[in-house]
Amino acid sequence: MTVKTKKKEDKRIGLFVCHCGVNIAGVVDVKKVAEALKDTPGVSMSTDYVYMCSDPGQQMIIDTIKEKHLDGIIVAACSPTLHEKTFQEAARLAGLNPYQIEIANIREQNSWVHSDKDKATKKAVKIVKSHVAKAIRNENLEPIKVDVKKRALVIGGGVSGLQAALDIADHGYEVILVEKNPSIGGKMIQLSETFPTLDCSQCILTPKMVEVSRHPRIKLLTYHEVDSVSGFIGNFKVRIKKKPRFVDEKLCNLCGECEKVCPQIVPDEFNMGLSFRKAIYMPFPQAIPGTYTLDEDHCLGLSPVRCGKCKDVCEPRAIDFDMKETIIEEEVGAIVVATGYDLYTMQALGEFGGEKYEDVVNGLEFERILSASGPTGGVVRRPSDGKVPKSVVFVQCCGSRDTEKHLPYCSKICCMYTAKHAMLYRHRVPDGQATVFYIDVRTGGKAFDEFYQRTVEEDKVLYIRGKVSKVFKEGDKLIVWGVDTLTGKKVEIEADMVVLAMAMVKTDGVQDLLKKLKISTDIHGFVAEAHPKLRPVESLNAGFFLAGCAHGPKDIPEAVSQASAAAAKVGDLFAQKELSHEPTVVPVNDELCSGCGICVTMCPYGARTLDPSKGVVDVNEILCEGCGACAAACPCGAAQQRNQTDDQIFSMLRAMLRE
Amino acid sequence: MRVKLKAGPEQRTFIDRIEELSGENVFACYQCGRCSAGCPMASEMDLLPNQIIRLVQMGLLEDVLRSKTLFLCASCFTCESRCPKGIDMARVMEAVRHILDPKGKDAFGPGEISPELAKELPQQVMVALCRKFAK
Repeated sequence: MTVKTKKKEDKRIGLFVCHCGVNIAGVVDVKKVAEALKDTPGVSMSTDYVYMCSDPGQQMIIDTIKEKHLDGIIVAACSPTLHEKTFQEAARLAGLNPYQIEIANIREQNSWVHSDKDKATKKAVKIVKSHVAKAIRNENLEPIKVDVKKRALVIGGGVSGLQAALDIADHGYEVILVEKNPSIGGKMIQLSETFPTLDCSQCILTPKMVEVSRHPRIKLLTYHEVDSVSGFIGNFKVRIKKKPRFVDEKLCNLCGECEKVCPQIVPDEFNMGLSFRKAIYMPFPQAIPGTYTLDEDHCLGLSPVRCGKCKDVCEPRAIDFDMKETIIEEEVGAIVVATGYDLYTMQALGEFGGEKYEDVVNGLEFERILSASGPTGGVVRRPSDGKVPKSVVFVQCCGSRDTEKHLPYCSKICCMYTAKHAMLYRHRVPDGQATVFYIDVRTGGKAFDEFYQRTVEEDKVLYIRGKVSKVFKEGDKLIVWGVDTLTGKKVEIEADMVVLAMAMVKTDGVQDLLKKLKISTDIHGFVAEAHPKLRPVESLNAGFFLAGCAHGPKDIPEAVSQASAAAAKVGDLFAQKELSHEPTVVPVNDELCSGCGICVTMCPYGARTLDPSKGVVDVNEILCEGCGACAAACPCGAAQQRNQTDDQIFSMLRAMLRE
Repeated sequence: MRVKLKAGPEQRTFIDRIEELSGENVFACYQCGRCSAGCPMASEMDLLPNQIIRLVQMGLLEDVLRSKTLFLCASCFTCESRCPKGIDMARVMEAVRHILDPKGKDAFGPGEISPELAKELPQQVMVALCRKFAK
């Protein structure tokens, strides 16, 4: 939004050149820059100071604006990403519109990259001159205001999603938690014990699950999927698909009669396919909501003529074969993406035999084998014949840290969980041998390295530094070929079982959803954060927040911290009466727009749409992040970014190239 | 050649025996190499002290017993005083030497040194010789 601004000929611009200690002044003659610009048309005063961002520096700016009745200022200093906000705020305090501030970057783009003092000083003068040309053409702008819907959507019911939902609800806001599986709990509910304290995973997660299900401000939607999201920060419209459970969760009394009579036997996902369940099932005893679910894909056809045994025995008449998929619509102001991770497929590493041999398992499968609620009741037995393995080989970095063939990143948690696996195995099978192949052991984290040392020292787990070349079968043994680079010896180990620490990867099932959300991801498909250090829980797309492994590999404490941080950020958003959006957006001049739609395809934020009735482009200013891609692409000059118009950019170029 | 690392009892017995004789936990070693870095005899050794302990961890008895290192160790305890995991490497060496010569035959006795030489030799050398060659 623009407000009345003085004509450019009448403007009084002040110039403040910063030394930044020696960062700038060591290369650029700052006094000379201030002097050179003194008589430039439009500049009514110029000065220099050692640290403009310091309190006295800012005070000087505020006082000078008031004294000299300045209409705009230029601060020649560091990159605007650092202190533009600081000086905008100083201007506001002095009664000047914050959008009359120009930052001329003479540090990152000048003093830091040049050594010739004379040339660098000349370049600084040119940079500042170009900003004078722009500053006299700047308009007064006011932030765009928009209402906030104070309800949040959390996608994913693993530990991150649960924590985010609980925290937001405890802040006093309503939450809709959507989980695609029949129960909440995510991957964490499948784990046996958690490092480094060896807490039972289910024991520490189930209280949170119960709390979520009982919380008055959380609407729990399990067996639901987010179908589409439209709108913008503070004002999203969400369509959620309710998958038919075919069992009325309010009527089901968990008698289990249906399960007994169901003739269909299918691999049990909760036990990673190491045991079987029926087509009508409860994923695990502590599942929430506590209800049976009928798996449509494996049921004999949902037709009473073909089977219907479960319906016949269901006393509370909870089973309804006629349930249909339905769509519900919700309005929310913020969305937390907590969609979790998957494991890299063992197929990708054929040489380790994960596909061929039953006794080569991945980390999650071994978690189930160790778990008291697992297929073997916590006794370590190998899948092929149920024997207790006397030698187990663990292979780390399966797919991780392999830039050429697989994934370049470190999956972060495998060093710790492998140490835990080896330790727990040695506790359960005291006469068994555990051997770990590793490239590096990375156990940064509170009490993590001590845990690893305990595994080696107390439980006598043999760590072999080197990779495994292949795993093959001889009789009922698995032969592991590898190397110990510490001694330079090629080694061979007879094992009863091999556990592969498969890399953590993006969840395949949610990639379509992420596309629909138009939320940016990194090259590996993990959701990208707005800034790797300073905005780690926000998406680049306003109104979206990240929690847990959807963002990248991380352990439980880190996932929980991130979830709480994301919830706090949602709280920040909801605590505002209305939202302010940067006014430096790119509107459309209807008279110039030819309706070609090029800008619509250029916009990464979905802010631009072609209005078919008017034949011109329509802009949603709240969605526009002011990147300028459309303005650069527009062939008619109809898309002009506020305070970054074509006229301003050409004036800057002219100022810079003159002489 | 590929070395078979057996999970079997014979390897375990060797490691357990070394731990029993030395009183040290060889699995505490994380192969930082500080013992070898400071060892005054390392330049003469065919296997460095950290390699010896690594081979013990892996249960590779024969490689350890073949090494000249066992008798080049001066028992000066520099390694022990610097080990970040508190392992007394000299004691591990001593334990391996015991396994090597279990018959207890003296290869060296104080009487073999002439009184003139004995006057000049530092006491520690005498102790080290006895540690290594006498039972």
